[in-house]
Amino acid sequence: MGVKFEPKILAFLCKWCSYASADLAGVSRFQYPSNIRVMLTMCSGRVDPVFVMEGLSSGFDGVFVFG
Amino acid sequence: MMSDEFNSGLADGRAVYRLYPQAVPTAFAVKKLDRAPCLRACPANVNAQGFVQLIKAGKFTESLALIMERLALPGTIGRICPHPCETDCRRQEMDESLAICALKRFAADQADWEALPLPQVERREEMVAIVGAGPAGLSCAYHLALRGFRPVIFEAAPEPGGWLRYGIPAYRLPLEVLNREIDYIQKLGVKIHCSTTLGQGRTINDLLTREGFQAVFLGVGCQESLRVPVPGTEAEGVLWGGDYLKGVAAGQGPDLKDQRVIVIGGGNVALDVARTARRRGAPRVTIICLENAFEMPALPWEVEEAGREGIEIMYRWGVKQLLAPAGKVTGIELMEVARVFDEQGRFAPAYLEDQRATRDGDVVIMAIGQKANLKFLTPEDGVALTPKGLIQVDPDTQATSRSGIFAGGDVVSGPFIAVAALEAGRQGAISIERYLQGMDLKEGRELPLNPLTEGNWNPLPKGQSRQLRVTPDILPAEEWAKGFSEIHLGFTQEQAMSEAARCLSCGICSECLQCVATCQAQAIDHGQIPEIVDLKVGAIILAPGFKSFDPSQYEAYSYASHPNVVTSLAFERILSASGPYLGHLVRPSDHKEPQKIAWLQCVGSRDAQHNSYCSSVCCMYAIKQAVIAQEHSKAPLEATIFFMDLRTHGKDFEKYYQRAAEQGVRFIRSRLHSLEPVPGTEDLALRYVKEDGAVLNETFDLVVLSVGLEVAPEASALGRTLGVELTPHRFARTSPFAPVATNKPGIFVCGAFQGPKDIPQSVMEASAAAAAAGELLASARYSCSRRKPAPAEQDVAGKEPRIGVFLCHCGTNIAGVIDVAALRDYAGTLPQVEHAENFLFACSQDSQKTIRERIEECGLNRVVVASCSPRTHEPVFQEAIKEAGLNPYLLEMANIRDQDAWVHMAKPEEALEKAKDLVRMAVARSANLEPLYKQKFPVTRAALIIGGGVAGMEAARSLGNMGFQTHLVEKSQRLGGNAWNLVVSPRGYDYRGYLENLIQTVEHHEHINVLMNSSVKATGGFIGNFHTVIATPGGDLELGHGVTILATGGTPLLPQEYLYGQHPKVLLSFELDQAIAARDTRVAAARQAVFIQCVGSREPERPYCSRVCCTHSVESALLLKELNPHMDVFILYRDLRTYGEKELLYQEAREKGVVFIRYDLESKPGVAGTPEGGLEVAVRDPILERTLVLQPDLLVLASAILPNPMAEVADLFKVPRNNEGFFNEAHAKLRPVDCVTEGIYLAGLAHYPKPIDESIAQAKAAAARAATVLALEEVAAEPLVSIVNQDLCQGCGLCELTCSFGAVHLTTVPGRGFRAEHLPAYCKGCGLCAAGCPARAIDMLHFRDRQILAAIHAGGRG
Repeated sequence: MGVKFEPKILAFLCKWCSYASADLAGVSRFQYPSNIRVMLTMCSGRVDPVFVMEGLSSGFDGVFVFG
Repeated sequence: MMSDEFNSGLADGRAVYRLYPQAVPTAFAVKKLDRAPCLRACPANVNAQGFVQLIKAGKFTESLALIMERLALPGTIGRICPHPCETDCRRQEMDESLAICALKRFAADQADWEALPLPQVERREEMVAIVGAGPAGLSCAYHLALRGFRPVIFEAAPEPGGWLRYGIPAYRLPLEVLNREIDYIQKLGVKIHCSTTLGQGRTINDLLTREGFQAVFLGVGCQESLRVPVPGTEAEGVLWGGDYLKGVAAGQGPDLKDQRVIVIGGGNVALDVARTARRRGAPRVTIICLENAFEMPALPWEVEEAGREGIEIMYRWGVKQLLAPAGKVTGIELMEVARVFDEQGRFAPAYLEDQRATRDGDVVIMAIGQKANLKFLTPEDGVALTPKGLIQVDPDTQATSRSGIFAGGDVVSGPFIAVAALEAGRQGAISIERYLQGMDLKEGRELPLNPLTEGNWNPLPKGQSRQLRVTPDILPAEEWAKGFSEIHLGFTQEQAMSEAARCLSCGICSECLQCVATCQAQAIDHGQIPEIVDLKVGAIILAPGFKSFDPSQYEAYSYASHPNVVTSLAFERILSASGPYLGHLVRPSDHKEPQKIAWLQCVGSRDAQHNSYCSSVCCMYAIKQAVIAQEHSKAPLEATIFFMDLRTHGKDFEKYYQRAAEQGVRFIRSRLHSLEPVPGTEDLALRYVKEDGAVLNETFDLVVLSVGLEVAPEASALGRTLGVELTPHRFARTSPFAPVATNKPGIFVCGAFQGPKDIPQSVMEASAAAAAAGELLASARYSCSRRKPAPAEQDVAGKEPRIGVFLCHCGTNIAGVIDVAALRDYAGTLPQVEHAENFLFACSQDSQKTIRERIEECGLNRVVVASCSPRTHEPVFQEAIKEAGLNPYLLEMANIRDQDAWVHMAKPEEALEKAKDLVRMAVARSANLEPLYKQKFPVTRAALIIGGGVAGMEAARSLGNMGFQTHLVEKSQRLGGNAWNLVVSPRGYDYRGYLENLIQTVEHHEHINVLMNSSVKATGGFIGNFHTVIATPGGDLELGHGVTILATGGTPLLPQEYLYGQHPKVLLSFELDQAIAARDTRVAAARQAVFIQCVGSREPERPYCSRVCCTHSVESALLLKELNPHMDVFILYRDLRTYGEKELLYQEAREKGVVFIRYDLESKPGVAGTPEGGLEVAVRDPILERTLVLQPDLLVLASAILPNPMAEVADLFKVPRNNEGFFNEAHAKLRPVDCVTEGIYLAGLAHYPKPIDESIAQAKAAAARAATVLALEEVAAEPLVSIVNQDLCQGCGLCELTCSFGAVHLTTVPGRGFRAEHLPAYCKGCGLCAAGCPARAIDMLHFRDRQILAAIHAGGRG
C-alpha cells in the first residue's frame, strides 16, 4: 500500500470552447495534473449518458463534461 | 532585452518573440532595428552586441566563435585596439560606455586555443601568396583558410606578426597571446615562410608567373621610420623609434641603464618607445611633443599611464637641432611651437624661432612616424602607387592595378589601427575568392556598415540607475616600469558577465545566430532582406489601422514617469490571461491588487492641442474595462470613469453603460485638474473639477488613461505616396455617399484610417471596400485563381483497417517532454497498426511526403497523427492523406502537444503514459472511421433585397455592378425611404442630388429588377437555394435566390411630449430641414431656436442612443446661424455625441455662439405654450445651478429612430430581433452584417440607427458578403451532420425540440405516422439530437456512437 490513488478521468471537451481552452492552456504552458484523457466532440451536448456509463465501466474513475 | 510591445512595455521582451501571441501563438518573429552603433563604429564591423550578449549568457565559446567570424586575432585586438566601438557606445548617455574591448579579450583568453576546433571546409587547390605576416597578411590568410585555401605567407622578419610582434611592446601585448593566435592560423593550413625577402631575384611577378600562385595579397605594413632633416641626427646616441622597438622585441636594442632619454614625437609609437626605454633602465625619459595635451595623437590612457611611470612630456616644443659637440649626442635644442595646424586644419607646424630651450640627454629616440618600404616591388609587378608612396587599391575590393594582386593594411592606408588592417585582409580574402571563382569583385558584395548619427535603436531604459563599468584588475603601478609584464590583467568570469549585462542591446536582435543553430526546423534566416515585388492589381484597399495616442507628451498625466499611470492598451494587457501578470489584476509598481482605479477619458481626443476629434471608441472600452476589472478583482473594486460626455452611441452600448452604472461603476462628469504621485506611496492623487465647479481630491491605486486613436505617420505617408487626399487630422478623406472610396479611383479605404471607429464599423467598412473593389473587378473574377486537381480516392469499404500512426517531435516541443521513440514503439504494438513512424516535424513538407509514400507502401487505409491540436492542423493532414487517395475523414489526431507535453512539462513519465492512452484511443476510433463527403448544392445566382431605401438600393447597385441578378422589393410606391427627408445640404453635401441619381441608376440597371408596392409573402430554403413568394400588384411572384438582404429601414418617433403636434412652433429635426428648404416664415422670423436632444432615446422604454441626432441638431444649428447669425440657438442635451470627426462641428457650433445646456433624465426640460401663442422652455442649467427659461420661436425635437415594424419579415426569415425591434447580427463585432441564418444579411436602419454614410457602408458590406455566396458555383455543406434511421424512430419529436437550427423535424411517413426527417443543409453537427434520441435512431457522422465508444473503451483499458 502507500500508493496514492490517482484517478483516471475521461473528459469530453467541445471543439468550439473547452477543447480550444485546453489548447490555450497548453500554448500558455499552464501546468495541471495529467489525469484527464480528452475526447473531442463537436458540442458537449453530444455526450450521451451511455458514454458516461461506458466510461466508468471500462476503467475510468471519473467523467468530466466541459462545454 | 527590450520592452515587450505587445504588453505595452509592462513586461520585458526578447528579440525572438511571439509576434501575435493571441492570434498565432505558435509563430515567432525576430525583431531587428538598425545594427548597433558599436558594430557600425568598428572598422571590421565586429558584432560587439552579439558577442557581449553571449558573454552575458555565459556562452564564452560561442562568443569567441562569433568574434572570429570576422577577426583573426581576437586576444590581440582585445588588448591593443583603441576601440572606436566604445566611443560610439550609447551606454555613455546613461553612465559610461561598455568595456567592449576588454570583453573581447576575455572571450579570447577564456578559450583553450590548443583545443579550438578547426572548421571542416572543402579544400580548394588554388595557390595564394601573401606578402607580410602582419595583421593584414595574417587576417587575409585566416579568411582564405576558412574558405578552404592553403595560402602561403612570405615574411622578411625571422618571426611572424609584423608590427604586432616588433612594434607593440610586450607589456601591452604579451608574445604568448600573439603566438597562440598565429599558431591557430597555421593550424588552419596557412604556411608561413619567415626570413624570406622578396624583391629583385624573386619578384611578385615571379610568384604569379613562375611559381604557380594565382593570386597575391600584399600586406607589408609601414615598417620604416620616417626621417626628418634635423641637424645632428647622424650623431651617436640618436635612434629611430620603429627600429628601436624592433630591436628590443628581437632581444637586441641598447641597454639604457643610467641613460637620460629624450623621445621626439607625440604619437602612440613615441609613447611605446618612451615606456620601453623606462623598462630598459632609463631613469629619466622625456617626450618632446609638438602638440598640446588635447591635440596629441597618442591615446589618452597611454599618456596617463606613461605619467604614472614617471615619464615627463613637454608639450608644444619642436626640435631645432640635436646637440652633439663631439659626435655623440649630449642634448637637444628646442623651439616653441606657434601652431601645429593651419587654418584648414592641415598639419603645418610653425615655430617661434626666438623662444628656445635646451634639454640634456644621452640618448635621443626619434619617433615621428612610419612609412612604407616598397623597394621589393619591381616595374614588372605592375602595381601602381599613390603620390604618397602607398599602394593604390580599389577601396571596395582591395584590388591593385594589377589583376590578381590585392593589398591592404598600413601599406595602403598609411599607419592606422590594427583592426582596420585585419578587415582589409578579410576583404582581400573575399576578393581573392571571388577572383579565383571568376566572379565580379563587387556584385552582391556585403557592404561595410558605417556609423549612423540618428539610428533606430532600442530606446534607453527609463528609470534605470547609473551603473559604472566594471574595471578589470591591474598590475600595481610600482611594478609597471620594472619589466615587460602585462599591465592590464583582464576580466574574471563574474566581472565579464556583469559588465556584459550593462549592454543596452541597441539593435534588439544581436545576430548572435544562436537561434539558427538551435532551430531544428531550420526556420530562421538572418539573411532575409526587404524585397521589392511588383504586383499588377486592379484595386487597392488601404487598411493601415491606427496607433494609440502616446500620452507621454502630456506632463500633466504623469504617464511617462509613474508606473501606476497606464494607458488603456496597457490595462487591456493587465486584464489578459496571456498578459504580463497572467490575468491577475495588479498594478505595475508593486504588484499590489488595486482597490481603486480611475479611468481618465479623452486623453489625446477632443483636445485642441492634440487631436480635436473624438476617438469614438474610448468611452465604451473604458466601461468594458471597468466592468471586467470589477469582475477580475478578488476584493471589491471601486472603478471610476472621469468623462466629459459619455458616448455610448453603438448598438446595445447604452444598455451596457446603464448596467455598468447599476453594478457600481462610478461615472463622474468632470475636468481633470492635476494628477500627482502621493508622496511616500505608490498611489496617485487626482484633483478634478465637477460640472458644478466643485474641486475635489481623490486618491487612486491605479490610473488608466483612455488614449485616443490616431493615424500613424507611416499610414499618412502611405496615403501621400498613393496620392490619397487626407483630412487635416490625416485620415483618408471620403464623402458620405462613397464612404470607402478615396479621391483616387480604384483606391479604397476602410477601418480607422478612414476615421476613428470601433470593430463592427471597421469590419463593415472592410466588407464595403471589398464590394467596391469587387464591382470594379467583376469582369476579372476568377481570372487569377487556379483549381487544385482532386486525386482518385481509395475505396476502403469492407476492408480491414490498416492504420498508420505518425508521431511528431515538434522539434523539442513534444520530444523535450515525451519519449516519442518509446511512444512510437508502443503505437506499433496496437491492434491493426501496420506502421508507426516519428518525425521531427510531422507538418513539414518532407514529412507529409513521407506520410503519403507510407500510405501507398504499407497499404494504409486509416491515419493517426499524434502531434498538436486538430483545431490548427487537422486540415493540413487531411489534405496530405487526401492527396494520397484517402478520404480526409479517415484521419484521426492525438493531441500530445497542446494537451500533453506542454501542460505536463515537469512530468515526462506521466506525459508519456497519457500520450499512450491518447494514441490508443485515437487508433481505436480511427479503426471505426468511415469516408464522408461534403454535400454540394448549386447556387442560385440571384439576390433578393427587401427594402428600397438607400441601404437596399446601394446593396442592389453594388451586387448589380458585380454582375449578379438582384430583385429589389419595395413596399411603397417610391424608392428612397427616409433619404427623402434629407432636403438640406449641410457641409455642401447634396443629399437630394445623390438620392435622385441613385434611384435613376437602380431603376435602369440591367441586373436589377425593382418590384414596387410589393412585399414578402412566404420564404424557404437555405443558403444558395432560397425560394421566396413576393406579393406584387400583378400577383404573386416566386423567386429563386441564393442570398437575401434585409434593409427594411426605420422611422422617426412621433413624440407624445414637448407639445409635439399641438403647437405649430414645435418641429421634429427633419421637419425643420423641410422648413428651411421651403424658406418657411417660421424659420425666417425666428429670433430664438431651441433643440431638445434624446426625445424618446435613452429612456427606460427605449434604452438606446439614436446615434444621428446630436450631429443632426448641431448641423441644423449651424445652418440656422448661417441664415441668421443673430438668432439665439440653444441645444439642450444629455451627452453630446458628435463622435469621430463630427466633433469638429460641435466645436464650430460653440465658436459660432450656439449655447449647449445639459440636462439629466430626472430633470427634463419643461415646455409650455404662452397665452400669446409662444413657447416657454424651462431647463435647469447644471453649471449655473439655476433654472433658465427660454422663449423660442422654434422648438426642434431630436426624436428617436425606430425600426420599421418588421415582426412578420423577421418571422418569415427566422431572423431574431433585439428588444427594441432591430435585427440581430450573427456576431456584434465580427459579423456585423450577417444574420445567424447563413445567406441572410442586414443593412441600414433595420439594424440600428445610423447616418447615411454608415448605412451605405453597411449596404455595400452586405453586398460583399452576399457576393461571397453568389460567386460560388455550389455551396458545400460539412458532412459532419446527424442521420436519422427512420426504422428505429418512434416519432416522439424530441429531436425537433432540441435542435436550435431547424435541421431536424417531424414528417408524416405514409403508413407509419410521424418520423424524424433530417435536413443536412441546416445541420451544424452538434449532435444534441443524437445524444437525446431515446430510440437511438439518430447518429452523428464522424462522431458516431460506435466511434466514440471505441475510443472510450480503449482509453479505459490501459
